[in-house]
Amino acid sequence: MTVILDRVSKLYSGRAVVSDLSYALEPGQVVALVGHNGAGKTTQIKMMLGLTRPDGGELTVLGADPGDKAARRALGYLPESVQFHLAFSGRETLGFYARLKGLPARGHDALFARVGLSEAADRPVRTYSKGMRQRLGLAQALLGDPRLLLLDEPTSGLDPALRRELYGIVAERAQAGATVLLSSHALTELEGHAERVIVLNRGRKIADGTLEELRALAGLPSRLSCVLDGAPRRIELGQDEKPAVLRALLDQGATRITLEDPSLDDIYAHFLQREAA
Amino acid sequence: MSAILTIARRELAEGVRNRWVVSMTAVMAALAGAIAALGSAPTGSTATGALDVVVVGLASLTIFLVPLIALLLSHDSITREAERGTLLLLLSHPLARWQVVAGKFLGQLAILALATVIGFGCAAVFVIWRHGAEGWQAFAFMTAVSVLLGAVFLGLGVLASSMVQESSTAAGIAIGLWLFFVALYDMALLAALVARGGHAVPGGLMDAALLANPTDAYRLLTLGEGSAALLSGMGGVYDNSHLTPALLAGALLAWCLAPLALAMTVFARRNL
Repeated sequence: MTVILDRVSKLYSGRAVVSDLSYALEPGQVVALVGHNGAGKTTQIKMMLGLTRPDGGELTVLGADPGDKAARRALGYLPESVQFHLAFSGRETLGFYARLKGLPARGHDALFARVGLSEAADRPVRTYSKGMRQRLGLAQALLGDPRLLLLDEPTSGLDPALRRELYGIVAERAQAGATVLLSSHALTELEGHAERVIVLNRGRKIADGTLEELRALAGLPSRLSCVLDGAPRRIELGQDEKPAVLRALLDQGATRITLEDPSLDDIYAHFLQREAA
Repeated sequence: MSAILTIARRELAEGVRNRWVVSMTAVMAALAGAIAALGSAPTGSTATGALDVVVVGLASLTIFLVPLIALLLSHDSITREAERGTLLLLLSHPLARWQVVAGKFLGQLAILALATVIGFGCAAVFVIWRHGAEGWQAFAFMTAVSVLLGAVFLGLGVLASSMVQESSTAAGIAIGLWLFFVALYDMALLAALVARGGHAVPGGLMDAALLANPTDAYRLLTLGEGSAALLSGMGGVYDNSHLTPALLAGALLAWCLAPLALAMTVFARRNL
């Protein structure tokens, strides 16, 4: 287990930001924390980094207390909308963080190449676009082949191509045995990228599993629309009813059939509603 | 140790990159040069070296300028990182928070020392070229103590920065500190002396009052002895006190280390 949370809670001025939260992360897994802004995602990551102390419960990161130096050396962190000093070049910036991790300041060309910054490495960060800054942030997080990657909203504000590239790098690291924890507020974009999703609401875990499991757990109907005998029809049907209903509709000569499975956003909304009820 | 040096080097590099080092050196050199040019002009015959005369003028200027520069440099050490959004990332690395404070302080000290030594050095070279090197020891001593005075206010600035959330608040505190130590304190001290209507103040109390303000300790340390004492009029104060140079230097060092240690403690305890 790379990260273990055992009934962790955290209060900010009396308000519970994380309450009674337990989960464990395994090596080689890509896990997504999903929740609204203010659901406690960033707070959890800060606690794992040892930047904020939990008010209750136990938290173990890479077999040590959070903030342990050896553990931090084996950890990569990408903050939400990462910022760097604007006057330094990408290479100088990466060199600085490498030195802080106890690595040589030079010789990270392969990393620049991996995140697609080879050509811009010697330009000041001032000239970087948001996407390029995120690339540099990712390169920084990947320094020293960390065993645990904590990525806070890594894809917010990125174009789809860069997003795919980022998930590619994430998958690569997970295959190499690293644990990747990323937070997101969009469940949809995680399809095919996260093996496990932990849905959070106001600091509580409201669902935990693979996307398929979440789908089954939610039990939301699919929406079918078609034209039957010249009249449009809309039907809601459960997953196990699908084959029978479809066959019947085809036998009756229905045309223009579209079948819409519940989207991940629907599932997410469902979990939130269930929580609110 | 290497983490501290990494941060210090970064701070120095930042100072070079945003032209702090160049502009501060220029200001120091310009003012020191002006004082050297005016102050060392031969007016009558003095029994003292030209550099001694410059020491008096320069030390009086340093008391105002160096604390100001030091506070400007250091008041946003931590808040700037937080506002720029780089603090969390920095602290997620394998280093302790006190090391961040120590590194920032060392880097800023390097900037200040560079500016002071180069700036004052230019003036010294000018005077030595015109009038000879007599009195260079006092000048070198004054330069060193000026850096120490700067270190005191760097420490105070870092402390302000580690206690508050925003740079603007820290700037307010810095201005308050500067006004208090550089202007108000001495005025209050003077007022107290006047209020006593010429009755002598117990020596111990006066000594304590002088040690309690780093700029007074600096003034006494640089101007209390030798030719400078004669020229500045600080000799009288110095002769009546039991403060030795070692004691004064020790007080300055304590004034530097105490706020720094406090800044480390405060910053280490903060929840981010």
